[in-house]
Amino acid sequence: MPRLPVVGLLGRGLTQIKNLGFGLLFLWPSIILFSLFVFYPLIKSVYLGFYESDPLGNQGDFVGLDQYRSVLGGSDFRHSLWVTFQFTVYTVVPGIVLGLGLAMLANQKLPGISIFRTIFASTVATSVAVASMMWLTLLNPTTGLVTWLLDQAGQPRLNLLNDPDWALPAVSLTTIWLNLGLATIVFLAGLQSIPERLYESARIDGASRLGTFLHVTLPMLSPTLLFVTVIGMILAFESFGQIHILTRGGPLDATTVIVYSIYLEAFQRFDYGVAAVQAVGLFVLVLGLTGLQLRFLERRVFYQ
Amino acid sequence: MAAKSEALTTRAATAERVVQRRPWGRHALSYLVLILAATVVLLPIYMTVVNALLPKETIVAYPPKLFPSDPQWGNFPKALDQVPLARYMWNSFIVTAIIVVGQLVTSSLAAYAFAFLRFPGRGLLFLIFLSTLMVPLEVAIIPNFQTVQSFGSSHLEILGFEVGRHILQHILSLDSYQSLAVPFLATAFGTFLLRQHFMTIPKELRDAAAIDGYGHLRFLFFVVLPLSRPVLASLAVFAFLSSWNQYLWPLLVTNDDNMRTVQIGLAALRGREIDSFNVVMAGTLIAAMPMFAMLVLFQGQLVRGLTAGAVKR
Repeated sequence: MPRLPVVGLLGRGLTQIKNLGFGLLFLWPSIILFSLFVFYPLIKSVYLGFYESDPLGNQGDFVGLDQYRSVLGGSDFRHSLWVTFQFTVYTVVPGIVLGLGLAMLANQKLPGISIFRTIFASTVATSVAVASMMWLTLLNPTTGLVTWLLDQAGQPRLNLLNDPDWALPAVSLTTIWLNLGLATIVFLAGLQSIPERLYESARIDGASRLGTFLHVTLPMLSPTLLFVTVIGMILAFESFGQIHILTRGGPLDATTVIVYSIYLEAFQRFDYGVAAVQAVGLFVLVLGLTGLQLRFLERRVFYQ
Repeated sequence: MAAKSEALTTRAATAERVVQRRPWGRHALSYLVLILAATVVLLPIYMTVVNALLPKETIVAYPPKLFPSDPQWGNFPKALDQVPLARYMWNSFIVTAIIVVGQLVTSSLAAYAFAFLRFPGRGLLFLIFLSTLMVPLEVAIIPNFQTVQSFGSSHLEILGFEVGRHILQHILSLDSYQSLAVPFLATAFGTFLLRQHFMTIPKELRDAAAIDGYGHLRFLFFVVLPLSRPVLASLAVFAFLSSWNQYLWPLLVTNDDNMRTVQIGLAALRGREIDSFNVVMAGTLIAAMPMFAMLVLFQGQLVRGLTAGAVKR
């Protein structure tokens, strides 16, 4: 028997309650997982920051905000913050320039262009471990290709990964290459969403190629540019694998970014308290960025 | 109308001019630049292939060999022989499969609730879901590690009943597939992506299905999901990519060599007793293969998954 449509306020209330039941039935797996692995650990991290840890890694005395003050104000954290900042600049800026360049090359209408699109996107298929192992060979101080190229350029031979001044740029180079595929893919999608008629009117107006790029491509691409910047910064703030494989945070902490410092404190020195404070610090730092990332998603929610 | 035809003529004229002026020179230059760029992008991969094929003696040669004159294909079986690479890849495959299937299930269900059911608090709950994107894994990593550790080593009292260690450690414990996969079974991004698609399915379809006696679950499985195959594929490929590439979490929760994922196993090659570096490079290439296969086979889905949220369509 077909169900009769429910009418009236009471009926609507009932439907809503019934729907709430169904809703929870559909949502509980995600709710439980998010509670256990996202919200609880976030609160627990803040809480752990209030306690000192004993040398065995057990929870020690309650020290309240003192630990937050001493860790976040301490020179170690400031150093890792500075390293993270440099790493972000070294990776995001070249990543945008190269990614946009490759995307513009790949956006030409030529036979066989899809092969080049696949090649330019190929680094998304290399994991951080694979990329790091590849660059470890290229950066090898006696036989690596980068070493040879530096030799050809007449540069004094350096062990890049072992040099406090060069380790971070070397890790950044690996990271730029690793993230290049993603940037290219996103920029290419952005370029393809620019209506063809805008280019046509620019051509009719007799605009130069540079003019077209500056006055059509760049403005139309600004949401994509912002998105790639935000994603690139988040990726930089969360980088770990390449540092773990290439430099272990060294030499002389030259590549100890915040995430690596959290790893060292928590899982090498077993000082959960200090590590938790750093984790909370990282959370506050990326909060704005992830908030921006969310705005991109939200825009699709509300303006569709 | 007149303006339009004028524009068309102009366009045709421009095209003609371009063709006349540069019969093929423009294309040749484009291809030259493309090939140059492709060479630079592929150089690290190419050098890895070269190094993987070099014999033991020439791998330490300087200047570095740019071409393997005497390719040693035997380095590949050697890599599989000297390192449990097959085992690592199997582990990664199992964990990735659990995560992909898990994410598809949890996010389909959640997205359905957000797209098709009207209930009080729905908007708020959706925002709470989205807010999980603001908590990076690295921030939650210490308590999550403790959670996994404690499940494997303690017992729990639920409503007066003591749940023993032997039961809890089946749910989560260090060196288990569960601990590698379970924290990642729910995804706000996936829920969002699917919800966006589900909202394009006309509500009338739900009403019609309800008249036919379809409940919500049946409607989801037999109507909504079949209509959502492309977006499900995008999510699956995206989930595959991100879980296959995980590094920090598997590093923390696996100690047993038998449970290592391929990324961690690969990184550990640095300190391992290996014949020589060419074998390590051969192993690196073997480890990279599944992802390259994914890229070539499912590039479209991958691109859609990665660009979601980046551009308005």
